[in-house]
Amino acid sequence: MNALNTTQVWIAIGLTVAGCYLVKLAGLLVPAQTLERPLVQRLAALLPVALLAALTAQQTFATGTSLTVDARAAGVAAAALALVLRAPFLVVVGAAVAVTAGVRALGG
Amino acid sequence: MAEKTAHPATRDIREDPSAGTAGSGPAGAGAAGKPEAAVVRDALGVGVAVGLSGFAFGVTSAGAGLTLLQTCALSLLVFTGASQFALVGALAGGGNPFTAAAGAFFLGTRNAFYGLRLSQLLALPRPVKPFAAQWVIDETTAVALAQPDRRSARLGFTVTGLTLYVLWNLTTLLGALGAEAIGDTAAWGLDAAGPAVFLALLAPMLRTATERATAGIAVVLGLGLLPVLPAGVPVLVAALAAPAVLWARGRRAGKRPEQDEETAR
Repeated sequence: MNALNTTQVWIAIGLTVAGCYLVKLAGLLVPAQTLERPLVQRLAALLPVALLAALTAQQTFATGTSLTVDARAAGVAAAALALVLRAPFLVVVGAAVAVTAGVRALGG
Repeated sequence: MAEKTAHPATRDIREDPSAGTAGSGPAGAGAAGKPEAAVVRDALGVGVAVGLSGFAFGVTSAGAGLTLLQTCALSLLVFTGASQFALVGALAGGGNPFTAAAGAFFLGTRNAFYGLRLSQLLALPRPVKPFAAQWVIDETTAVALAQPDRRSARLGFTVTGLTLYVLWNLTTLLGALGAEAIGDTAAWGLDAAGPAVFLALLAPMLRTATERATAGIAVVLGLGLLPVLPAGVPVLVAALAAPAVLWARGRRAGKRPEQDEETAR
């Protein structure tokens, strides 16, 4: 476990809580036509794709600020295979965890 | 906290932006007069399956070094899974609180578009909206949009929201306690849970060349910039893949509108 700066973590939590709640509320409150523009809709649909792809890659290969291939890569590959086989969400995550642990136990 | 059930909502929003009739979800056809029990069963199914993945969040968050209180505060108050995973991942990676929160915030912006749809569909009284807002997420939207009428949609939204909220928070607590009990979460492979969750959220979105191109560019930017930019910043730069691809597609569409329309579907 890393030693995180408690104050910094609380600042991050506070900002995320406020930001995430306000965008949820904004959707319910703003007049429909504001967000109904096709370009805005397409951007909103595509933004999570970019973020999730970058986050998946980073959390698989990043160790601090350097890139490494370790047991996580095997685990995430197992998750990808499970997704291709249309496994349920929990099986996908379970496969990643189990394979990563297995590879580490074997000294990977 | 999202799985394949999130499709109907995102698909509905993405491919049919002009349709004003929310509620014409995939299950809408032929399901008129859906009995209450069926709505509740759908909602519980989604709620239980996804709520349990809060366990993975609790473990990941505790493994990243957040305290029990911080972990539970995130699930109670943020309550949108991808943002929570992103935040703890960014903090564990050494990101400062502002870039970490920015990444989480951008992931949460999709909920505004769900809210827009739900606002029309559920027709909530104004005083209820600030409370209902916290439950505006992938799964509640998917279940609500799949219902044939307003009454079923309201029931589906409420049951899914309540089930998920209770289970997500309960399992977050258990996951965090479990992680503290076992100590080294990496030895158990639990550091792979975060990226696996992201991949599971991402996979159903990769339907057309547009999404795949965006994901590919984002991966290259996210990994390529990691060694050179401060922690947390590469993800935000990678997000620019979305407007960049839209811009490039728009240019192409301007030249060959019909052909592009064809390939984009």
